[in-house]
Amino acid sequence: MKVTVNVNGQDYERDVEPRQLLVHFLRDELDLTGTHWGCDTSNCGVCAVWLDGVPVKSCTVLTVMADDRFVRTVEGLERDGELDPVQQGFTECHGLQCGFCTSGMLMTARWLLDQNPDPADEEIREAISGQLCRCTGYENIVRSVRWAAEHPAAYDAPEMTV
Amino acid sequence: MTAPAPHHGFGSMRRKEDARFIRGQGTYVDDVKVPGMLHGAILHSPYAHARILSVDTSAAEAHPKVKAVITGAMLNAMDLAWMPTLSNDVQAVLATDKVRFQGQEVAFVVAEDRYSARDALELIDVGYEPLPVVSDARRALDADAPVIRDDVEDRTDNHIFDWEAGDRARTDEVFAAADVVVSQDMIYPRVHPAPLETCGIVADLDKVSGKLTVWTTTQAPHAHRTLYALVAGLPEHKIRVISPDIGGGFGNKVGIYPGYVCSIVGSIVTGRPVKWMEDRSENLMTTSFARDYHMSGSIAATRDGRVLGLRVETLADHGAFNGSAQPTKFPAGFFHVFTGSYDLRAAHCAVTGVYTNKAPGGVAYSCSFRITEAVYLVERLMDMLADELGTDPAELRLKNLLKPEQFPYTSVTGWEYDSGDYAKTLRVALDLAGYDALRKEQAEKRARGELMGIGISFFTEAVGAGPRKHMDILGLGMADGAELRVHPTGKAVLRISVQTQGQGHETTFAQIVAQELGIPADDVEVVHGDTDQTPFGLGTYGSRSTPVSGAAAAVVTRKVRERARLVAGAMLEADPADLEWEAGRWFVRGDRSSGATIQEIAMAAHGNVELPEGVEGHLDATTVYNPPNLTYPYGAYICVVDVDAGTGKVTVRRFVAVDDCGVRINPMIVEGQVHGGLADGIGMALMQLVAFDEDGNHLGASFMDYLLPTAMECPSWELGTTVTPSPHHPLGAKGVGESATVGSPPAVVNAVVDALRPYDVRHADMPLTPACVWRTIQGNPFRPDLAIT
Amino acid sequence: MMKLRLAAPDALIDINDVSELSYIRVDGDELLIGALARHAELLASPEVAEHFAILGDAERVIADPLVRNRGTIGGSLCQADPSEDLSAAFAAVRASVVIRSAEGSRTVSAREFHVGPYQTAVADGELLTEIRVPIRPEGGTRSRRWKPGSAYEKVCRRAGDWALAAAGAVLWLDGDTVADVGIGLTAVGAEHFVAAEAEEYLRGRPAGDETFAEAGRIAAEHCRPSADQRGPVDYKRHLAGELTTRALRRAAERARA
Repeated sequence: MKVTVNVNGQDYERDVEPRQLLVHFLRDELDLTGTHWGCDTSNCGVCAVWLDGVPVKSCTVLTVMADDRFVRTVEGLERDGELDPVQQGFTECHGLQCGFCTSGMLMTARWLLDQNPDPADEEIREAISGQLCRCTGYENIVRSVRWAAEHPAAYDAPEMTV
Repeated sequence: MTAPAPHHGFGSMRRKEDARFIRGQGTYVDDVKVPGMLHGAILHSPYAHARILSVDTSAAEAHPKVKAVITGAMLNAMDLAWMPTLSNDVQAVLATDKVRFQGQEVAFVVAEDRYSARDALELIDVGYEPLPVVSDARRALDADAPVIRDDVEDRTDNHIFDWEAGDRARTDEVFAAADVVVSQDMIYPRVHPAPLETCGIVADLDKVSGKLTVWTTTQAPHAHRTLYALVAGLPEHKIRVISPDIGGGFGNKVGIYPGYVCSIVGSIVTGRPVKWMEDRSENLMTTSFARDYHMSGSIAATRDGRVLGLRVETLADHGAFNGSAQPTKFPAGFFHVFTGSYDLRAAHCAVTGVYTNKAPGGVAYSCSFRITEAVYLVERLMDMLADELGTDPAELRLKNLLKPEQFPYTSVTGWEYDSGDYAKTLRVALDLAGYDALRKEQAEKRARGELMGIGISFFTEAVGAGPRKHMDILGLGMADGAELRVHPTGKAVLRISVQTQGQGHETTFAQIVAQELGIPADDVEVVHGDTDQTPFGLGTYGSRSTPVSGAAAAVVTRKVRERARLVAGAMLEADPADLEWEAGRWFVRGDRSSGATIQEIAMAAHGNVELPEGVEGHLDATTVYNPPNLTYPYGAYICVVDVDAGTGKVTVRRFVAVDDCGVRINPMIVEGQVHGGLADGIGMALMQLVAFDEDGNHLGASFMDYLLPTAMECPSWELGTTVTPSPHHPLGAKGVGESATVGSPPAVVNAVVDALRPYDVRHADMPLTPACVWRTIQGNPFRPDLAIT
Repeated sequence: MMKLRLAAPDALIDINDVSELSYIRVDGDELLIGALARHAELLASPEVAEHFAILGDAERVIADPLVRNRGTIGGSLCQADPSEDLSAAFAAVRASVVIRSAEGSRTVSAREFHVGPYQTAVADGELLTEIRVPIRPEGGTRSRRWKPGSAYEKVCRRAGDWALAAAGAVLWLDGDTVADVGIGLTAVGAEHFVAAEAEEYLRGRPAGDETFAEAGRIAAEHCRPSADQRGPVDYKRHLAGELTTRALRRAAERARA
């Protein structure tokens, strides 16, 4: 089936197998391997991306359902080579170890801060409650998001299409 | 909490490897794409035990996108249907005669894309004749139990090994004479490490050059290379194993799995690269599980609380093939360190290993070779003893912990603990927790009928395997190499044999060189994970990177520093013996204004300075470090829980962890390691379980059933530290990767049992799910490892 | 289901674009929820928060924020998992659902919507389009004396887990008397997710610890939990009772607040 998906601001027109999951479209078709795949039951969250402005689990979306829609992945967090504060925060506060859950955590963190610029620790934990991490015990992820909340970007977040 | 970035040596600094991960530019095995690459998929057995009557792959082979279908029969013809395990057993690569666990690999399809490969699996027709199943280890040695391993000649039962350590006679004496003996059966249930990245491989055998390149999820790339050479008969210099970025290992990625071998064969058969990535259900069903120890332990003491002895009999469920990964001489790993952190007169343990119709494994999930099991046993028994004596569990431990003057300490089961100041660490933890206030609060709550528990765990680890005369894996000694090269402009490259899976080696090992050579850590590039580019070693597991490879890095850097002395002597026209070192430079003793920096020396080494006879012009060195002993990190953990009696739900309110891992190369990274392990403790104590029903059906093959803790179940960890260097390690460092996973489960379980004291509960087995806790309160507990009652 | 290869439909129709089915609004004395409303929207809706705390309580413990961004109310109801939280919540509030086909539309009570595990009243050629929740009790006239309160109580093993058991209660208090009540039970095999006998018992009785405890006991007695990895039968039965009592207590607190 032919689809046109906008990913990180760019339109991609492809012919895909109808059963293909969005996570595989991003990884295998577009070579955007920053989004990962970790389970079969929508539990682990390493596949989190934005779809029309909200984070979803891309393993639970068929590519064809993203036709004519806007997807944002971890590769689209940077702006003109400037790291997003959440990316900076994870580096400052050791919010990642193996890195496999990190892309998903960053996408959720960015969205959380857009809704709630000064979240309490409990709110951060709830926001990431559907995403597993095996390395960090979550502590430094929470601290990283707090760092980003306390160091918002110098630039104005540009208007996303969605 | 910004991490400062010092230029030299030890201290908290931001990680160099973060740059790629935060941009989504890590390269994990599934990210690897090679031109012409095909995709493999495995057909798994639905039965736990069945004879294979027929395998018909014709429909699958006819699928337009399928390039090859490999069966056990085909592998048999190549003598590859069976492969050796890390425990001197054999394991089927693809089943030939029988399947012996649910999920066992039966056939391998190679197709153009991953979806077609899976579609083709559905076209393979296998005829099975189901056989009776052994799903409970306690029934494996029954007279009428079906024999699982009839592939081995003369095998008439499911017994694998008997092993013991300690002095049985002396222990019996001590127990007979003791005032108090407390006994308890306890299970450390089967769990699974479940790293977020599953296992996989891209195998590419180039027909022209004859070189096999594999990108694979391995914690031990060199060991894999040597094993492929030995098993598949491929020349070792023509095999290249690359571990790119690994999304978590935790002991899940140590052994060679059938999928790896099938992919290599697939590449040989099709002449193209073949990628195989397992999905989550395959990972949980077929790759190395952890634990599954059924222990009957006893502790003996005097009436006034002096612990005298410990003994335990353990039944070990090894699954259908003995694939557990530990040094050859230790079929039960380091379980005999179960004497823990206490000074005992005697101890004895006996372990019996059995086969069951389950996946192989056993040693995995940050267990430090069965030390998770050992520490759980002794720390539970200590709490039970405290309960029996009416003593506070902290007091009982303080009374019995080894004292600093006793180190180096040889335990009654033969371990030589290197250093420790245990009481100090426990007191720091008690202080951080506000222990007395917690006990007071508990008393008040109990009076109101509310359940609150405080659990302590004091653990000693034995890591950094190990001295080659005692420790080898399949005959490969557990020594690790390091190579350091300093370029003319003073930048360095360190090549190591261990394999990071998130532990931050690219940073910490650079910091070791920076510390020893006085150059910025940013000037040191750490190369790892590619057998073509790194020295031989046994890889990363059992917390061995810092103790072994970290030592190698220190030794090799000191060798370079000494070479630099010789070159500096030539540059400064001084006798090298008259030179003194301070961070980054050699100078003439007594004349600080003289001297040469490492950068200047490096340039001179490769330049035109006249060097003395026998001194070659370079600042390079290599070393292989054979550790003289293990290292013994330790810690004191305190967990506070609240239990809802009406629902059985346990909430972990606080967790205090004070670790002593000797000298800390990067405290920020050490803390991160501890945080991660503490989450494991909550998971294992409260929710993680790989269970089977009586037909051998695997009941935990997804994250809906195999539950892992989220950010909501974890409190904000409270960490403390003490530093007691290792006397034999060049840096005084001990390693810490698995400490928290080892030490935390008993703290949580002790806390829950403590909370349930008003109900006269002495012990409860993990996982302490709400159902389990509620039933325990009712006085009607059930065996949690059987899942359904 | 497709990922696990349990389902392999010949054709799948993506209805995500049918935005007409995505709404939450109050219309007269009904709360109307379009079948395509997302869980996240229900959780964030001020109208829902105002009238039916039980729905907010339930949503808060359904899956996780990312799944809630995508999953729909209609989707969950039609999946009809015996452990689905909203089934019990909608049963408790005596909602009804609108089912449409090419021939027309019909309304089915939430208490008759589930005909078995993973089976609903939606037949081939039909589509669930709306859920309607009465803001006043059925058949009652507007009565300023009746104070409503509701709550949902769930026990599970980790965030996002299916319920070991859960109970939702809706109370209308007339002074200290229970004028009307709805009790829904999750994951314990309660018929139509309802604790009908407990409702029967409680209606007209004083609102208090004793009666709530008795209602819990009755709810526990009449459900039919099965043993599985989440727990044995006696535990789940106990939970049904315990959580019914707790939900009633919290609903009463909110009614009185």
